[in-house]
Amino acid sequence: MGNELKVPTMAELFAAGQQPEVLFWVGCAGSFDDRAKKITKAFVKILNKAGVSFAVLGTEESCTGDPAKRAGNEFLFQMQAVTNIEVMNGYGIKKVVTACPHCFNTLKNEYPGLGGNYDVMHHTQFLTKLVEEGKITLEGGSYKGKRITYHDPCYLGRANNVYEAPRDLIRKLDAELVEMKSCKQRGLCCGAGGAQMFKEPEKGDKDVNVERTEQALEKKPEIIATACPFCNTMMTDGVKSKEKETSIAVVDIAELIATAENL
Amino acid sequence: MDYIPNIVFALLLTAGIGFFIRNIKKLSRNIKLGKDVDVSDNKSVRWKNMAKIALGQTKMVVRPIPGILHIIVYLGFIIINIEVLEIIIDGVFGTHRIFAPLGRGYNFLIGSFEILALLVIVAIAMFWLRRNIIKIKRFLKPEMEGWPKKDGNMILYIELVLMFLFLTMNGADYQLQQLHAEHYTVAGAFPVSQFIAQFFDGMAVSTLILIERTCWWLHIIGILCFLNYLYYSKHLHILLAFPNTYYGNLKPKGQFRNLEAVTKEVKLMMDPSVDPFAAAAEDAPIPEKFGASDVMDLSWVQLLNAYTCTECGRCTSECPANQTGKMLSPRKIMMDTRDRLEEVGKNIDSNKGTFVTDGKQLLDSYITKEELWACTSCNACVEACPVSIDPLSIIMDMRQYLVMEQSAAPSDLNNMMGNIENNGAPWPFNQMDRLNWKTES
Ligand code: SF4
Ligand code: SF4
Repeated sequence: MGNELKVPTMAELFAAGQQPEVLFWVGCAGSFDDRAKKITKAFVKILNKAGVSFAVLGTEESCTGDPAKRAGNEFLFQMQAVTNIEVMNGYGIKKVVTACPHCFNTLKNEYPGLGGNYDVMHHTQFLTKLVEEGKITLEGGSYKGKRITYHDPCYLGRANNVYEAPRDLIRKLDAELVEMKSCKQRGLCCGAGGAQMFKEPEKGDKDVNVERTEQALEKKPEIIATACPFCNTMMTDGVKSKEKETSIAVVDIAELIATAENL
Repeated sequence: MDYIPNIVFALLLTAGIGFFIRNIKKLSRNIKLGKDVDVSDNKSVRWKNMAKIALGQTKMVVRPIPGILHIIVYLGFIIINIEVLEIIIDGVFGTHRIFAPLGRGYNFLIGSFEILALLVIVAIAMFWLRRNIIKIKRFLKPEMEGWPKKDGNMILYIELVLMFLFLTMNGADYQLQQLHAEHYTVAGAFPVSQFIAQFFDGMAVSTLILIERTCWWLHIIGILCFLNYLYYSKHLHILLAFPNTYYGNLKPKGQFRNLEAVTKEVKLMMDPSVDPFAAAAEDAPIPEKFGASDVMDLSWVQLLNAYTCTECGRCTSECPANQTGKMLSPRKIMMDTRDRLEEVGKNIDSNKGTFVTDGKQLLDSYITKEELWACTSCNACVEACPVSIDPLSIIMDMRQYLVMEQSAAPSDLNNMMGNIENNGAPWPFNQMDRLNWKTES
């Protein structure tokens, strides 16, 4: 198998006079965080296998400004947004897919008001579409009958009402999807949103990710499925704090699919 | 002399309603202290939301037990108001049971009011138990100590008394009807109060009339008092839930407003034709204050939110920060906003219509930084609120003030923001390394 990832950049394609169908917005976590990079690669493998025409911005990509905005720094957010929009509009980008719900939310909802109008999809929506179009066929195989619980990212679920795309994918893997006490509209946050990822939590009697992990553990899953790099970090840490990391894996939906496809 | 009761009634009614209008005026003046926002869009969706959420109580039944109990009390409240209409007409014109000629329909109405009244009593008893004996967690948070707790119980007592007065009045009336007392035409069905009537067996007509009249008067006085109690109570929601759900946010919950004032400045900064070192024009407007530190910096919809809050605590019990013992409680954010707004309103009243600085503000005097920084912006509170209140928007506006006006973010966040500014990522990595993952194994 050719393990070489095909990851064209917008600049390369532009130089060759080509325009990809969709921009893959990698995001800061997907670019720099060791765990999240694996998710990025898994998603690229699927894109490659499905023959999707895509490109990344590479070094021309910059933070969407989401954490700055949620921290209250509207100024920095808009600086980031305007810069990114200039780059994306320069390339005539129409469609964007991203594996990060925070990037997804910001690009989809907050960029239009600043001049950036794109058709933005979360990777779970994009993958569902690939399955519908027959570009990838999911055969459970390795996940058949496995107990998987899915953690709703706030910025995908409540913020944007995407609850079913990720669940459909898990079901298509023939896995046994079990729901936590708080799920979908009432899903409990992992504790990372609103710029919490980048600071110490306030004084309290527990960390949010531990509370959420306890809810997951109640369901005795083999896998906790996530759809956000930050949730992934929080849940991984939560599982570690319960010393369960050998028996329970925290895996992004893109990784589930890539593994099921033997990619 | 026969007209004295009518006159007394008319005076009471005018006083009750007059006082109520005064309160409503004050309420609306206070709400208008907020900044203007345009909510004139999507009228049909807004009406639908109001019909569904306020009238249809769709969000209440997410928690089935209190949801169903609440629907009973709510239906009782609305439907028994038809009876109040009759009471008012009777009171003003000295008639008795003016709607009685409706015949069977009237019997059905009175009969169903009675059954509802009984159900309301049962529901109130359950609510009281939940608040005082079962001690449901969300009613015991620190912000509920003192007045809010009393207020919650007070409402229950008032409602209970009103229902008992209504049923006792009907029981006496029923007894009088059977004794063919003058004036007491046979009308109505009394599925519940006929049992109360049994206690009146053997009483003289004059005593019965005294009981019936006393209950009638106390009932209507009680209702007028209740009407005027609203303004001081979380019970304002029975009126404000309607406009509040109408003006509720229609955009995706994750979409936070982009500040226009900032957009202007950013556009200027990015425009290469503008000389950054040029002196500011003399007539340049004073820059707007970014974010919110007091109630006047919030929008009027946010202030309407504060008055609408029912203090039910559904938001707080879903809040991840609160669940893990942090100080943040979205309900407290709303209660603080209302308390401060009331304080500002009183200040304006006692200073001839202008606000005189009182050395206090919403930030710090009511809501602490520690609360604001504990929020994960998860929207659980917004989703949970049965009357479309958005506590998160207030938290975010206050964070904006802290960061953009005071540079008072926690140092970790300052580092994060410094990184974004310098390297385009919240961590100290070089933007030139953004694609390294491609070749790393
Ligand atoms: S958005 Fe903030 S206040 Fe609301 S529930 Fe989430 S953490 Fe709590
Ligand atoms: S904000 Fe809404 S959910 Fe929270 S206490 Fe008030 S009414 Fe209840």
